[in-house]
Formats: sequence, C-alpha cells, structure tokens
Amino acid sequence: MTDPQASSRNAVHPGSAFWRMQGIGKRYGGVVALEDVDFACAPGAIHAILGENGAGKSTLIKIAAGVVQPSAGKLVLDGAEVTFATPQAANSQGTVCIFQELSLMPDLSVADNICMAEPPCRWGLIDHREQRRRAEALLSRVGCEDVHPLELVKNLPLSRRQMVEIAKALGRNPRMLILDEATSALTAADVEKVYEILRDLRRQGMAILYISHRMHEIEELADTCSVFRNGRHIETFAKGARSDNEIVQLMIGREYTQIYPAKPVRETRPVPELEVSKLSWSNRLSEISLSVGKGEIVGLGGLDGQGQRELLLALFGVLRGVSGEVKIDGNKVRLSSPRFAKSDEIGVALIPEDRKSEGLLLPMSVRDNISMASIGRFTRGIFIDRQRQNAEIDEMARRLSIKVGDIDDPVATLSGGNQQKVVIAKWLMTDARIVLLNDPTRGIDVGTKQEIYQLLRDLADAGTAILLYTTDYDELIGCCDRVSIMYDGRIVRELTGDAINEENIVASALNLTLDGQAETAKPAGEPL
Amino acid sequence: MSVQTSMQAVLKSVDKPVAIAFVFILVMLLAGSLYSSSFLSANYLLQQLQVAAFLGIIASGVMLVILLGHIDLSIPWLVTVGGMMSTAAAGWWGPEWAIPFGVFCGLVFGLINGLGVAILRVPSMIFTLGINAVAQGVMVLHTGGFAPQDHATKLMHWLAVDRSLLGIPNAVFIWAIIGIAVVVLLKRTPLGRYIYAIGNQEAATFLSGVNTKAVLIACFAISGMCSAMAGVLLAGYSNKGYQAMGDPYLLPAIAAVVLGGTHILGGRGSYLGTVAGVILISLLQSILSVMQMPEAGRQIIYGCVIIAMLLVYGRGQKVQS
Amino acid sequence: MKDLKLRLGQSQGVLLAILVFVLMFTLYIANHPAGLTVPVATTAANKAVLLALVAMAQTLPVLTGGLDLSVGMIFIMTNCVASSLVSGDPWQVAVGIVIVLLTGALAGFVNGAIVVYGRLQPIITTLATGAVYYGIALLLRPVPGGEVDEDLADIMTYTVFEVVPTSLVLLLAVVVIIWLPFRNSVIGRGCYAVGSAEGAAYMSGVSIDRSKLAAYTLSGLLAGVAGLMLTFITFSGEASAPIGGTYTLNSIAAVVIGGTSLYGGTGGAIGSIFGAFILRTIDDLLFVFDLPPLWQPLFQGVVLLVAVSLGAARVFRIRNRLELFK
Repeated sequence: MTDPQASSRNAVHPGSAFWRMQGIGKRYGGVVALEDVDFACAPGAIHAILGENGAGKSTLIKIAAGVVQPSAGKLVLDGAEVTFATPQAANSQGTVCIFQELSLMPDLSVADNICMAEPPCRWGLIDHREQRRRAEALLSRVGCEDVHPLELVKNLPLSRRQMVEIAKALGRNPRMLILDEATSALTAADVEKVYEILRDLRRQGMAILYISHRMHEIEELADTCSVFRNGRHIETFAKGARSDNEIVQLMIGREYTQIYPAKPVRETRPVPELEVSKLSWSNRLSEISLSVGKGEIVGLGGLDGQGQRELLLALFGVLRGVSGEVKIDGNKVRLSSPRFAKSDEIGVALIPEDRKSEGLLLPMSVRDNISMASIGRFTRGIFIDRQRQNAEIDEMARRLSIKVGDIDDPVATLSGGNQQKVVIAKWLMTDARIVLLNDPTRGIDVGTKQEIYQLLRDLADAGTAILLYTTDYDELIGCCDRVSIMYDGRIVRELTGDAINEENIVASALNLTLDGQAETAKPAGEPL
Repeated sequence: MSVQTSMQAVLKSVDKPVAIAFVFILVMLLAGSLYSSSFLSANYLLQQLQVAAFLGIIASGVMLVILLGHIDLSIPWLVTVGGMMSTAAAGWWGPEWAIPFGVFCGLVFGLINGLGVAILRVPSMIFTLGINAVAQGVMVLHTGGFAPQDHATKLMHWLAVDRSLLGIPNAVFIWAIIGIAVVVLLKRTPLGRYIYAIGNQEAATFLSGVNTKAVLIACFAISGMCSAMAGVLLAGYSNKGYQAMGDPYLLPAIAAVVLGGTHILGGRGSYLGTVAGVILISLLQSILSVMQMPEAGRQIIYGCVIIAMLLVYGRGQKVQS
Repeated sequence: MKDLKLRLGQSQGVLLAILVFVLMFTLYIANHPAGLTVPVATTAANKAVLLALVAMAQTLPVLTGGLDLSVGMIFIMTNCVASSLVSGDPWQVAVGIVIVLLTGALAGFVNGAIVVYGRLQPIITTLATGAVYYGIALLLRPVPGGEVDEDLADIMTYTVFEVVPTSLVLLLAVVVIIWLPFRNSVIGRGCYAVGSAEGAAYMSGVSIDRSKLAAYTLSGLLAGVAGLMLTFITFSGEASAPIGGTYTLNSIAAVVIGGTSLYGGTGGAIGSIFGAFILRTIDDLLFVFDLPPLWQPLFQGVVLLVAVSLGAARVFRIRNRLELFK
C-alpha cells in the first residue's frame, strides 16, 4: 500500500458499467460525508463495498437509492445523467435498496408490505388475490414458504422480516440491487439461502452492491471490492487481488495493531465483581453463567441477536421475570430496575445499544445529558447544586476530551464519536463499579474508537469490571481479557488468551466445534 | 435532513416563539389603543392580568404535562371540581376547609390521571378524557343528590376579585406564586430536568435510572391541582361554583402553552413563553369582546390566529427515511 | 384454515366489539318493556348511527397516526348548513345535500392541508380549526332553528319496508360506498402504512401527503353525512358547543373501543361503528335498568374509563420494559 491514489481507481471494465457516480460529494452542514467519489457498477456482478463505519458507505447507498441528494457530482445511468428526488424515482429506474433499518410497516400484512409500492389493481382497488399470489411467489423465491402472506409483519421474528424485506425488493424487478448489511439478522441457513439467491441474480445479469462487515461473506460472494475511507473512494480491485490484511489496512488507513492498548498479563484470575449463574429470561436467555472480575474486560461475542442485548438489559434491571442468581461483590442481589441498578450499593452502568434513542436526549444540552444519571448526587435539599455539578461535568468532559463548542449546546450537534463519549461520561459520573457496554463503537470514527478502547482499559486498571458486547470481532480480540460467545440465548464457548482469535470466534458464533483448540477454548459453564 | 442541520435550526429558533408572542401582545395593545385609548391604561392592563391569572394557573399545570409529551383533557371538569368542591366543603365543615379541600380533590383526580398514564400506559389523551367524564359524573351526582352549598367563601372572593398591594389583583399574586414555583421546579430541581428528559426520549430517561413513572404521576397531579385551584378562584370570582364552569378553558389553556413555544409533543418550552401565551390569548379575547364582536366572529378569529401564529414558527420537520 | 385463523386473529378487536355489543343489546331488548319492536329498534338506531358516523370520521385520521378534535364541530357546522339549505323543491334539496357534504369535505380538507403542508400537529390544528367551524356554525345559526325537507326527514328517520331502520341502511351504504373501497384502495392502504411506520412508508414509495389529505378530507365528508342525518332527526340546526364537544370525545372513545390503535396503523371504521353502538347501548341500558338519572353520567364515565383501560392488560404481559416506551 504505497499510495492508494496511484493504483487503479476502478477495476471494472469501463464499457460494462451501466451505472456510475461521477465526482459525487455530500455534506451535512459542515460535515463531509462523501467527497469526490467516482464509482461504477457492472451488470452480472456482485460488488462489495468495504469500509469502516463512517467511511461514507451508507451515504453512498442513500444517494444511489434516492433517499438523499448529493451536494456535488452526478449519477449516470446508461450514459445519461439522472437525479433521484425520492426513493420511488430510484426504484422506477431499477435501483432498489434493502436497508439496514427495515423499511417494513409492522402493522400491515406480509403481502401488503411486499406489494406496497405498485399493488396489482382491478377497477382501481387492490386485487388481494393477485397480490397474495405475487407475495407467495416472491416468498418462495427467497425460500420463505413458511411465512404466511396474511401474517402481520410485527408477528414475524427479525430474521423472517429481513427475508420479507428481500422478497419485497425483488418484487420491484431491480436492475441494481443494493444490500446494506442485509444478512446481519439472519440465521446461518437463511444466509446460505441469500447467497444462493444473489448468485442466481448475478447469473441473470443483475448488478448487486453488497455492503457487509463480514470479511468471509465478501470472500465468498464478491467479484469486485471497493474500499471507502473517510468519505473517499480509496480503491477498487478484483476479488483475490488483495490479502485480508491489505484490505484492513486500506480500510483503516494505518497499521491496525496499534489501535488497542496492551492487555495486562495476569497470573491469577481477579476477584469476581459480577457473578451470574443460571440466568434465564423468557425464551431468549437460558441458563447463563458468567463472571466478570474486578479490573477485567470480558467480551460478549456471537452473531447479532443471540441474546447478548437481553443479557445486558437483564443485568441492568430492565427485564421482568428474570430467573437465576446475580451476585455483585459476593452479595446476592435482585436487579429490579435501572434506578436500583445504578444505586450506590449496586453500581451498574449500561451504555445502551442505540445511543440516539436509548442513550441520549438529543435536543438537550451536553451538560444535561452528562448529568442525567447522577443528578441525585448534586442536590442540596430539593435543588440542584449547579456549581458543584458543573464543576464535575466540566472535569468529566475534559477527562474524556469531548469536543464541544459550548457545553450548553444540544448534544445532537456533536459528531457520533463525541455523542458516544457523552453517554459514557454520563455513566462515569455515577462511579459505577460494573460497566456494561452494548456495541459502543458502532458508527464511530477510528480515532474516537481508539480513545474509547484506552478509556475502557484505564477503567479496568482502576478496578472496574467491564462487560462488553460488540459485533466487531477485532474488538473482542483486541480489547478483551476473556470472551464469551453466545448462541441462541446460551453461552456456548469461553475463549481466553491466545484462543481469542478470529477463527475461534467465528466458529463458536456458528456453534461449530473448534478443532485442535480444545485445551484453550473451554466450553463455558465449566469451572476454570 | 441531517440531525445536525435541523438541530441548528432548532437552536436558532429557541426563543423565537416567545419573542414573537410578546411582539404580538404589543401589536395588539397598540392596535387596541387606536380603537380606544383606555387600552393602555394601568387599570385596563391590571384587569387583563386578573382575567389572565385564571388561565395562567391552569396553563402552568398543563404546560408540565405537555412538556412530558402528554396532554390533559380533563381540565374542564377538574376546574369545575375545584370550584364546586371548595364551596361544598365550606358548607359541610366551615369556610376554612374550602380551598384546601377543593385543591385536594383536584390532586386526587390528577393522581388517577397519572396512574392511568404511567402504570396502565393508556394514551393520556383518552385516559384524561375518561377522567373528565368521571369527574363530570361525580359533580352531577353531587349537585343532584345533596343540594349543596354553592356559595364561595369570603376568602375565595377576596383572592379572586380584590386588589391589595399596590392595587394589583390578588389573583395575579397567586398566579405569580404558582408561576415562580413552576419556574424553580423546571430550572432548579431534578424533577424539572427529568420532565424535559422524558419529553425528549422516555426510553433514554428510563435507562438513565430515572423513576419515570413517579415523574409522570407528579406532573399529572400538579396539573390536577392547578386546574382545581383555578376553579376555586373562578368560584370566588363569580361567587359560586356551578357545573361546566371549566368548559371554556380547555382550548385556551392548551393554545396558550403551545403559542408560548412549548412543543406539543414535549421536551421543549419555557415558562416565560407560557406567560406570553396566556396574556396573548386573554388579550385577544378581551379585544374581541371590547370590539363587540359577536361570539361567532370571535371563535373564527380566535382559531385563525392560533393557526396563523403556529404556522409562523411551530412547524415540524418533513418526514424522510 | 390458517387463513381464517389469521384473519380472525387480526380482527380480534372488531370481533370483541361486535360480541360485546350483541350481548349488551340483547340484554337491553330483554329488559325493554316493549321488547324488540320496530319503533324501539328505529329509535335506538337513529341515535346510534349519528355517533357511528362521527366515529367513522374520527377513525380515518387516527389510522394515519393523527387525530381530529374538530369532527364534532364539523358535525355541528354541517347540521347548521343543512338546516338552511336542505328544503324547498326537490332540486333545491338535492343541491343542498351536495353543498352540505362538500362543506364537510372542505372542512376536512382544510384540516388535512394544514397538517400536511403547514406541518402542524393534528391535535392543536384541529383544536383550533374546531373553534373556527364552531364560529361558522354560530354565524349561520345564532339561535337554534331552520328547517329541513320533512318528507325526506321522515324517510330517513323511519324504516325501509317498515322493518329496517333507514338510518341503518344509510350507515350500510356509507360503509359499502365509501369505507370499503377506500380501505381497499392504494391511498387507503397508504393511510395504514403511514400510521404504522411513516418513515418505512416513505421508503416504500407511499405518497404520505396524499394519504393524509385523503384521510382528513374523507373524515370531514363523513362528519358531514352525520350532520345531515342530525338535521333529519331534529328538523333543525343548532350551533351547540357542548354537543360538538361530546361527539368529538365520544368518537375517540368509540374508535378505541372498536379496536383502533390511537398510535395508528391498525383497526378500521367497522370497529368504530360497533364501538359507537356500544357507547349508545350503555346509555340505553342505564335507562331500562332504571338507574337514577343522576347516576348516569358517572356510570358512563366509569364504563368509558374501564373500557379504555382494558388495553392495559398488554402492559402487564410485557417482560422487556423498554417495549413500554414504543
């Protein structure tokens, strides 16, 4: 990787590309999301887009799908310039996108959803019989014969919804299909099915843009890969032209071993701060046993949606009807509410999954957000002691180097990384002894990620017990002292030391047995 | 539409509604003074404030509920409950019980509102509607069954009608006391912070370890008390409590809060804005009546003014993705 | 088989409302001194159809996730218009009826236009326009009065073939001519889509503006039909704020009891009709059971409160408290 600019920008043969972006740029206020992107797609090929969160991938597909308009440059389709003012406009030109956030209407039936845009009509009214026939055909095409077309979408499990979403997109007869992390919620069998469909569509000459964080998916599927970084198109190359390591370096733009702080070397296991045994909830968590020591960072891994989120919520007192035993600092406790969980005697904090809806009060000031969980500590009588509060908030903002013009600005004006720091700051204000984190670095720039990793390690070194769920394998490997892999509501494997590597994590996530690793990768639940 | 740009727009407009409302007030006073010179006299203005005080007290409670992202449609009959129960209590146990009992009854109904919304999680719009109907039922039963005393006590009359210090109406003092309490509550106490937080994002507030249920219940209880207190004063003003006395106050109270810049979906708004909204609405009503505008014209102008003002600054964001 | 099960499951709310209504109405007839006679049924039907029509009108904005606090006032306003125009020779009557219905539709359209293009919240918009419509009603009828074509009024308030109350036939006609086609049209389904998830609907190519406009306009039209019917029943027009207010509030209650979610996306006008019937039958039951008249308002209030609180059963089944906030 001497100079990415010098290597060929576009490996797709120019003559075969029917869809191209020329000099596309997009700004949100002062923030540059995309800059001067030239990019093309050919029919009959699967084109993978790689890049970190915040690299501009999602803006790229939003522009392609007509959700947002570019601030510069043009889109060229079949040699003519086009502008997509709405998603419908893009759809009518054959560009259909399957978004990460589902575009289904939960209260409507599967058939209604699939045929939402152009329903079959007779005498001006929707022809339900024809609509149903169409839905059934599309569902069977994606291998979802088990989904009844009259079922309401809200009654389907997440993985089925995702398949309905795919069926819906195919119903628009696209020439170009864009998939944004479309397999993240799927079961292994469904993922196989989707691969099969995609390969089939490729044979039929469809252009497919495929966005995924999973390297092995890209190896399996893609014909061409393009790497994006910081809103720029870095390089496009044919599959196999670059090694994994090179690709990662292209994505992050530097050596990637540097970004994690060193793990401490331990002779003995630390004193447990949090001990969970046989914790079960509904049909989502079963018999979970886990412990996190003082000063230890324990990772939760596995495919998305295997109960990790629920486990963290259970430990924060959000779930009702949790069975099993939780001990904190050796004392049995019943976590009945977040209010109790954050109290001094328990000292649990949760950095939740979705910072926009669960972590932050976007229109409120940075100051108010940071103090939200700890106002109780700054009261004198019934009043807030603002002087003391402000002093501590300023101190916290400095400590986390939160970049903010004025601390009384709404938190919505901050960048994603700084917003996440605000959420973390909010919980550091409570002096929590146990910190639970749910994918804290999602959608955050590399620099801030690095700061967060360092912060977590510093906290651990100061004795805090940390339980970190992340969808990023690298983080599990780089950050965690131990990793527990979850599958279908259970912990199926615990990895320690050198056993924390990508192969073991992937294999365990799919609940496969690990060959040749039996000594270091012990099944969870056994005493170590 | 990115969050950032839209937020900047919001930022810039934070105090715009309040400013516009005050400008409207001035314009109305000036226009009125062209019509009749008495519009700018101290006496007329104080009289306006006195009338505004009743609405202001109701709006104080309603504002808290709206800040939460909820709404209280039980105002009409909770005002009536305040008025009728205070006069009745005076008859049953003596005049000293009048005001405390009237306000207490408002508190009870307000608490039930809060329980329904916070615990049962019935949409506030429909639950408070039900409470309104129940309160009406209780009042009908009360007047029909026991032939109660309906005369206001001397204290109630004095509070509502008389002027003491500097010729300022006592009702204005009561509004001021309640107003200051609300301002302190919103700006200086954790409860106030939690109210804004819930209005912005209830889930995030809950996950910050806040007892969101208690906050909801408290606000509805305060709203019930404010409505009842206004009812007590209204009964003092007209010297008796009577059925449906609160009916004319629902729309003005909500309109005053919203015209003052409080977002109808919660989370944003200042008490100063509510004060402006209350004065604006009272003045508008007064001018229309001074001009001897018939009721029909008054209603039409009234509705149009509210819509027009909201179109000037209250517009939401266009939905995308 | 699976089809039937799904369809039944998805119309639970409506079915429950129908069941409750049938039980209550049976109880009412069983205790009525005269039993089920044509006059008894006609009287009951005329009252119930008024609320049913207003409740249908309320349903449409609610389905889109909005609300219309002005339906009662549109109802009153069209009543006043009808009391001035629907009389004279047959042509005048016909033109009058058309004007009445157009007035209702126009009022609804204005609501919709302010909500869609002005981007104001439906609650506050319709609260304000409600005042305007009431003002117009007062302008037309400062005091109660006016007239209506008596022959037509008689036809509409009596029976067809001396068996079926005409008002029920009218209601059925409204369902068949207006509601069912709307429900099955692209725009009608757009209303459900918008109410269910506005963002997803936008992404799926639903025309959000058109759906909302159609919902509010049709709502106004239905309120207009109700206003016309009121004129036939009372033979006059009256600009009464309490009547308008009561109908607005009861229409919301009827919508909720009929199984439509106030958050939008699920339910329908059929449920609201039965919700309205239930509310009316409660009044009738109080009458046949000789409940002291003084107790009636309280009893009605409590029944209303209990009915809307029944949905809370869901709350206690929820095991992940975050779902409470959705």
